[in-house]
Amino acid sequence: MPKPEILDPQGKAVLGALPRLGFGGVTDVRQGKRFELEVAGEVTPEVLAEVEKMAETLLSNPVIENYTVRVEQDA
Amino acid sequence: MKVGVVTFPGSLDDVDALRAVGIGGNEAVPLWHGDHDLRGVDAVILPGGFSYGDYLRCGAISRFSPVMAEVIEAAGRGMPVLGICNGFQILCESHLLPGALIRNDHRKFVCRDQRLRIENTRTPWTASYDEGAEVTIVLKNGEGGFVADEATLDRLEGEGQVVARYLEVNPNGSMRDIAGITNERGNVVGLMPHPEHAVEDLTGAGTDGLGFFTSLLETAQK
Repeated sequence: MPKPEILDPQGKAVLGALPRLGFGGVTDVRQGKRFELEVAGEVTPEVLAEVEKMAETLLSNPVIENYTVRVEQDA
Repeated sequence: MKVGVVTFPGSLDDVDALRAVGIGGNEAVPLWHGDHDLRGVDAVILPGGFSYGDYLRCGAISRFSPVMAEVIEAAGRGMPVLGICNGFQILCESHLLPGALIRNDHRKFVCRDQRLRIENTRTPWTASYDEGAEVTIVLKNGEGGFVADEATLDRLEGEGQVVARYLEVNPNGSMRDIAGITNERGNVVGLMPHPEHAVEDLTGAGTDGLGFFTSLLETAQK
């Protein structure tokens, strides 16, 4: 997600479009990205640490974005 | 001097940059993103365009290309590096320059003849200009809004690392009207406007951009 202090023009565009479609009550919209990574085998703490590293070096730009890593099981 | 211009997949302005290097009195050397080789150049330009389709974030994939490993190492040794537009984005993603470039605040692509003030003439890319010179250089970008935290902005201004500032109109929401910056050492410069499109009278808004390509020789002769 863009950091709170970083302007998010795309989120602003969505915020502007909602009332035009008749949706009310939304006071702010922030637009971010979601990556779904599939890994082989168990998600061990080591694997998770590696994914954190991926998030920090490539998937996000820590200068302007925050990230969280979450484990989900196969549906 | 030999000046390399890197072509990434999706670069647009590499040929104009090569041409501008020649007009500025230097020898232009094409470099390829996939090579671990700077071919003995004395300086490198990262040109404008949409490298790797701007996928993920502008410059985020290019930053990890083989040639960038060489560029980052050479920049650390003091080699002059100029990033124009997408090149500026790549330099920020590489952490060779502080801050980042985000989507224009008005959300539209901007293309205009932009007035600028050159504020730092101590870099090997701006030595040909008079300090405070007001010039007109073409600007074209969709994600040109320069952002950084307040402490970084204060440091950039305090240390004289703002190379160029927008005049009259802030075209993309850049904080403190910043159009270009340099690193602490002064050898790496990132610039959102396109001086390579302003080097000949035949096309464009004039020749105010030529200084970015003649400065290397002036710096070398000092």
